[in-house]
Parts: sequence; structure tokens; C-alpha cells
Amino acid sequence: MSEYIIKNGTVYDPKTEVKGEVKDICIKDGKIVDKVSSKAKSIDAKGKTVMAGAVEIHAHVAGPKVNEGRNYRPEDKLFTYQPGGKNTRMAGGFSIPTTFKTGYEYAKMGYTTVMEAAMPPLYARHVHEEIKDTPIIDEGAFPVFGNNWFVFEYLKNNEMDNVMAYISWLLKTTKGYAIKIVNPGGSEAWGWGENCTTIHDPVPYFDITPAEIMKGLLTANEKMGLPHSIHVHTNNLGNPGNYKDTLDTFKLAQGVKPNNKFGREQVFHHTHVQFHSYGGDSWANFESKAKEVMDYVNSNKNMTIDLGCVTLDETTTMTADGPFEHHLTTLNHLKWANVDVELETSSGIVPYIYDPKIKVCAIQWAIGLELALYSKDPMRTFITTDHPNAGPFTRYPRIFKWLMSDKSRQEMLKGFKNSDKVMAATTLGSLDREINFYELAQMTRAGPAKALGLTDMCGGLAPGMDADVVIYDINEGKIKDPEEIEKAFSAATHVFKAGTLVVDNGEIISNGNKRTFWVDAKVPTNTQVERDVQMKFLKYYSVNLNNYEVSDHYVANPYVIEVEN
Amino acid sequence: MDTVKLTSKVVPELYLEAEHISPDVFAGKSNQEIGDLSVHMGNQTYKISDYFTVEGKAGATAAETKIVVAGDVSKVKYIGMKMTAGEVEVLGNADMYVGAWMEGGKLLVKGSVDSFAGIAMKGGELIIEGDAKNYIGAAYRGDWRGMQGGKIVVKGNVGSDVGSNINGGTIDIGGNADVHLATHAEGGTIIVRGIAKGRVGGQMVKGDIYCLGGVERMMPSFKYDHTEEIELDGKKMNFQVYYGDLGERHGKKKGEIIYGKIYLTAAQPEGGEGATAVKSERKAKLSEKQLEQLATELKEMKEPSVQNVREYIKKTFGIDLKPMQVSRLIDSLSR
Ligand SMILES: [Zn+2]
Repeated sequence: MSEYIIKNGTVYDPKTEVKGEVKDICIKDGKIVDKVSSKAKSIDAKGKTVMAGAVEIHAHVAGPKVNEGRNYRPEDKLFTYQPGGKNTRMAGGFSIPTTFKTGYEYAKMGYTTVMEAAMPPLYARHVHEEIKDTPIIDEGAFPVFGNNWFVFEYLKNNEMDNVMAYISWLLKTTKGYAIKIVNPGGSEAWGWGENCTTIHDPVPYFDITPAEIMKGLLTANEKMGLPHSIHVHTNNLGNPGNYKDTLDTFKLAQGVKPNNKFGREQVFHHTHVQFHSYGGDSWANFESKAKEVMDYVNSNKNMTIDLGCVTLDETTTMTADGPFEHHLTTLNHLKWANVDVELETSSGIVPYIYDPKIKVCAIQWAIGLELALYSKDPMRTFITTDHPNAGPFTRYPRIFKWLMSDKSRQEMLKGFKNSDKVMAATTLGSLDREINFYELAQMTRAGPAKALGLTDMCGGLAPGMDADVVIYDINEGKIKDPEEIEKAFSAATHVFKAGTLVVDNGEIISNGNKRTFWVDAKVPTNTQVERDVQMKFLKYYSVNLNNYEVSDHYVANPYVIEVEN
Repeated sequence: MDTVKLTSKVVPELYLEAEHISPDVFAGKSNQEIGDLSVHMGNQTYKISDYFTVEGKAGATAAETKIVVAGDVSKVKYIGMKMTAGEVEVLGNADMYVGAWMEGGKLLVKGSVDSFAGIAMKGGELIIEGDAKNYIGAAYRGDWRGMQGGKIVVKGNVGSDVGSNINGGTIDIGGNADVHLATHAEGGTIIVRGIAKGRVGGQMVKGDIYCLGGVERMMPSFKYDHTEEIELDGKKMNFQVYYGDLGERHGKKKGEIIYGKIYLTAAQPEGGEGATAVKSERKAKLSEKQLEQLATELKEMKEPSVQNVREYIKKTFGIDLKPMQVSRLIDSLSR
């Protein structure tokens, strides 16, 4: 493989604690190395910014609900199609881009690793088929466990060994990466037309509470020593006053110590916290509780969060939180898709317009940014839009601009139709903090990589790590106009994926050699779980067990992370 | 105002997609530049000059530009798409998407058009002197934002799903309208001067539909409320006002529920009971003599399609049969 040397770039790399020093980065055989031979191709990065490839910890980019979004929203694709080129296929869509566009757009922004945040096990094959069709980026997918009948029954009976054996089996069977929990119990309750709106609401029939589900899965995760922690979207998403439920959820992890060999320090990740930081008791007195939520996060080092920033676009909401999507369609009267995934989860989709003229939308926008600005530890606070729920991932550069420029935030705040009301319900106007490039690298590279247990592999520029390297045409010391930030981070000049140059002068020149990460967690043989799985498939599932497993040929270039217990 | 005249040289083998035929695109361009603009057929790209001669002169702005399209453009789509000002005049028939996403100016088609004319239109005037097919002034597939402003006039008949998802503007239909008129309407006005076939205003939450020739079969979810005198075309007329769609959610304004409204002329030409009693199609039958004439005609038609035969019966005998009846007639008469 070829050698490269990226010369004289201004490097920001939290992994090696390089804070904006001019430095050369060497690449050989797909890895970062200390030095290269004189034959190495040289790229001049003078006056430019060099970072590791960015790591996406939570996005909905592959699988049945993403595809149903594409299917039922032809209008999302209207006037967006780009014809194929020499190295690219035809690509289109805005909030739910095609798989190809997903790969290209992430790569162009300098993202090289992306986690699909909700894989319904029954449809895991579909998820992997789409992952296979998403070029360039490495991907993994989180199967959902929070509304699973096996999990409910084993936890109810206090059978921790069985829980772990089932988790191990399901990760292996679906080629999954981590334990995802969405509206624990609530999505199952939706099958009865109900919901769990606090973490102590019992699930109908199973008589287990969301708190018990989350605590049980957290315990299993740490006993098993998985690379990532449990990844949670708690109950009561999107409702005024829900920050109390959010804090109740956070407290489940209080004092628990991490156990793993992957350098992960958290035991609990909460996703799209913006949707969970609401005060007030109605849309009329709806307000931000970002400070209260972040005070807790700041003082509890065993947890991480991602933001779920609202980008003020027309987008498509989609979640395994079925009851929430029903609630949303009754609010905005737009089309609604709803699916029950037998024994495992529910799912819903509704288009949504985050209109800056609407007070609630502008407050949601402010909350997402406040969370980041209140954070005392950028290594535990990651930038996301819960793509496509709060906005498309292609807007990340715009979020960077807002986080890095008080001026751009003030202009937005003043421009809102309900400016005074938005300012009264939030504190964003008084936060003059500006995230710097080093903190950005923590929030988008080193932080998420560490939380995923990938800290020695990606998200950094230490010798021996994968050579995922990005060059942006921007100089932190010389920014005159905040728009330059959005422009530069939208279009990296060069992107290396595992040592292969995939973006050159802003153009996709290679489809790389994308990998699919999955976790093989070894547990002792457990005949009871084996028998239970057989029984459930005989009695309840509408598919045969043999048609359930994601066999190897479904998985694009698998990269197995083995966990010995 | 300056005028560019496009004259069709060849009828395209397939269908030509010509969204650049718009005053906004032509304005400020030389005839050479206009001729070089792209058109698409299938997956191939061609130039306007491959299919049209370009004469006259474009104005400096869209508002100062008029485009006259002559020759056979019945297989050309997207004429006047997204136009915001100026004028387009098509002398014959045109294919789909005429004036789609139009925002201003005036677009006149002297002949008939196919489906999707004026979809998601926001402003301006679209006049079709002949007939128009389906989804006129409707929303793009999947979208919930149909016609939002401006005016569409169709002097002849229209097909199905016209004004679906309309939430503003006016559609004025001189002839009859096929089924599914104004489905899911949230505003706007539709006037049908002929007969509206049925399933009018399904899922409608707001808006006004005037059916001067009656509705063949009203939706059961619309309810007669009152009779009202309303001025239309400078004439005062009595209308029976129906509220609906009662199966849908409805907003409130000043404490009063807002409904979609269907207005039926109180006096009906055929008499009968109320406005909905247009001649019942169930009872429509051909006489012996008419059947004989039809049998002779069928022999002359090489491959009589249900649609053609139905049209023939409608034109010759003034009776609109259901497609199923026509299909049975063809079967029995050709045996
Ligand atoms: Zn999500």
C-alpha cells in the first residue's frame, strides 16, 4: 500500500493531545506511522486544519424504517438527484438520502465511521443489506433490546446469566454492535395502545418497569464487558416537563463503574438529549432545562451524551418509539407510518417541519446548542442531530458554526419571529462560549470513538491507529466570517479512510474498503436460552429461526470485535 | 415585451422533458443560447435546437419575455415549469406537468394537456382551452402541499384527482370532473361548471367546491347544512351548502368549527330529488336502435377499447355508461 505524508498542517488531535500544532502526519499501509520513506506522496496542508476522521455515534442511516421513509416520501427526493460520476453512483434525497448519498456526504464532511442507532433484530438483514450499499464509511448497528420479550422475562425472573447469553446470541445473530434501548417498555406498551411515560410505569402484561429494564441491561453490559455502554433513548421523549424523567434515568447509572478492556469510561450513553431536556407543563410554557440536565452530566463522569440538535429544516422523524410518532402525527397532521416488530419493538415515521417561525421549534434549536455550551467535558458530549429526527446529518457543519460563533447564534436568536419568547425560555443568548477546534475534535472524533470502545482504532492520529485523516481548508486563527466554518467543514479537501485517499480536492475519488463492525461477546453455553429461542420461534415468531440470522454473506467486509468474558 | 417563438421540428420518439422552456430561463439569452439549453429524452440529453427552431427574441427579464410554442408538442413535458413571470403560449396540445410549480406570469395552452398541470402551483394564471387529465393543481406524489395560489382555468373536462391537497388558489373547470376531486383539501376554491362525478372532497378539512352541474354521488361523510345565496360570475345563485368531510379533524376559528364546503346549485336541470340527482347511471340503457348503430360502429373500430366506445356512446347518444357496462356491451355486440 502507498505511503503519504501530510505536511505542515495545523493538527488537532485529542488522542495525542495535540492542540493546534503544525505537524506532519504520516500514513503507511493503512495506519498512522511515525515516519515514512522518501517515496511517500506528499500533501501540502500549510494553513489548513488536520484532524482524524470523524465518528458518528448515533444516526438512522440504514434499515427498514429509513427505507420506508424513502418510500413514503418521494417529495424528499424531488429536485435533489445528482447523476452518477466516474466514481459515484446516482445519489439523491435530502433528509433520507439514498445509501450511496449517505456514504458520499459523510465522507465529504470528513466522517469515516458511522453507527446506525436502531436495528430491529427481525429486520437486521435489511439493515446489513443497506450498510453493504453505503460506500466508504465503516459502520456498525445497534440492535434494540429495550422492548424485547426475552429480556423482559429474564429480567423479571432475575436471571442475569440468561440475559447475558441472550444478548450475546442476538448480537451474534444480527451482527450487532451494542445494546440500544428505545423508550424501554413504552414501545411494547404501544401494542396495547398505551405507553410508559415515566421510568416507573409498568409494562402491560410483563409487569416490569422501564427502570428495571435499563438497570438490568446496564448490569449485563458491564458484566459482559462490551465495547460500548448501553445506549439509551429514555421514556417520555419530546414532551414538556420531561427533563425530570431524563434525570431519573441518568440516576440509574449513578456510581456504577465501567468494566471493559476497550478504554471506555462510561457505563451509560444517553442519546439526543435535546429531546429530553424540556421544562414547563404545556407547549405554552415550554422551556429549556439544558442547564439542569448538564449540571448532572458534568458531575457524573461515568456517562456520556449526544445532543440531537434541531437544524430548523423540513425533515423526517423516525424512531422505534412508536407511541411518540403517533403523538407527533396528531400534532402536525402529516402522514404517519407505524409498524409492530413482533416480540421486539415498534416503529413509526412522520415528516416534520422545524419552522423557525414557530416558538417551540426555535426553543428546541436553542436547547441543542445549550447542552454543548454547558458541557464541561467535550470528551463526553457528542454532536449529533439524531439524523434525520432533528435534522439531516448534512447540517453538521452548520451546527459547528453555531457552536463556534456567538455572533452567528445571536443573529439567529434576533431573527426569530418570537425572538423575545425564545430568549425568555432559554439561556442561549447569555452563553458566549465558543467551541474551539480542539473541543470540536473531542466532540466529533476522540470522544465518540472512546465511548464506542474504538479509542485505539479510530478518532485519533496516534501511530498504529487506522489512517482516517481529514484536511479542511480553514485556519482557526484567521476566521473572519462564521460562514467560513460551515463552508470548510462541509467540504474537506482530502479524506483518507484506512490509508486510502477517498476524497481529493473535495471530490469522491474512491469508494474505499468499508467495513462492518460487530461484537462477538463470548458467554458460557446456555441450553435454557437456546431452548427458549427455539420455543419463541415455534410459538410466536412469524419467521423461521433459519430465516432470522444475518449470515456472513450479508455482512460487508466484517470486522469482528471479540469480547472474552 | 419581447417574444421568442419555438416551432417543433420533429415529434420526439419518446417524450421530451423540457423544463427549460420558461421565461425565467430564456430571459437575457440569445437565440443561440436558448437553442443550446438542454432537454431530456429517456436517459439522453439533447438541445432545444435539436427539436425546435428558435425565432424572435427574449426579453431582458422573465416579465418582459413571452414564449410562443408552435407545432406538435403533445409529447413535450414540463413546459413553463417553475415560471415566475412573463408569458407562455402553447398553440396546440402539451403533455404532462405544464406549469408545474408555477409561481407567476401567464401560461396559455390552446389545446389540451395531460396530467399534473399546475401541480403545487403558488401563483400566476394557467389557462387550458381544451381538456386536462388527472392531478391538475394537485400535490407532487407524497407531498401534502398541493396548489397554494394563483388560478387554473380548464375550459373542457378534467380527469380524476384534480386539486388533490389544494390549500389555496382557484381551479375553474368549464366541463365535467372525474372522481376524487379535491381530496384532502385544506383550502382553496374549485368550481366545476359541468358534472362532478363523485368522491368529491374526501378527507377535505377546509376549502370551497362549487358544483354547478351537481355531484353524481355525494360522499356519505358530507351533510347538508343550509341554503345560501352567493354571487358567482356576477350572478346571484342559490346554493345548497354541504359540510364535510365529517370523518376528518376540523380546526376552529372564533369558536366555530371550520368545515370543507360543497356548494350545489339548488335548482337542478333534471329535477328529481335534490341536487345530487343527476341522471342515475344505473338506469342508463341504450335503446334497440342505438344498440344496432353501436354494433355497426364496433365492426368499423379495429380494436374497440372501453374508453373509446364509452366516449362514442357519450358523444353520439348523450349517455354516460359505466366502464363495466361498456365492456359488457362490447362483449355481447361483437359476439
Ligand atoms: Zn435516534
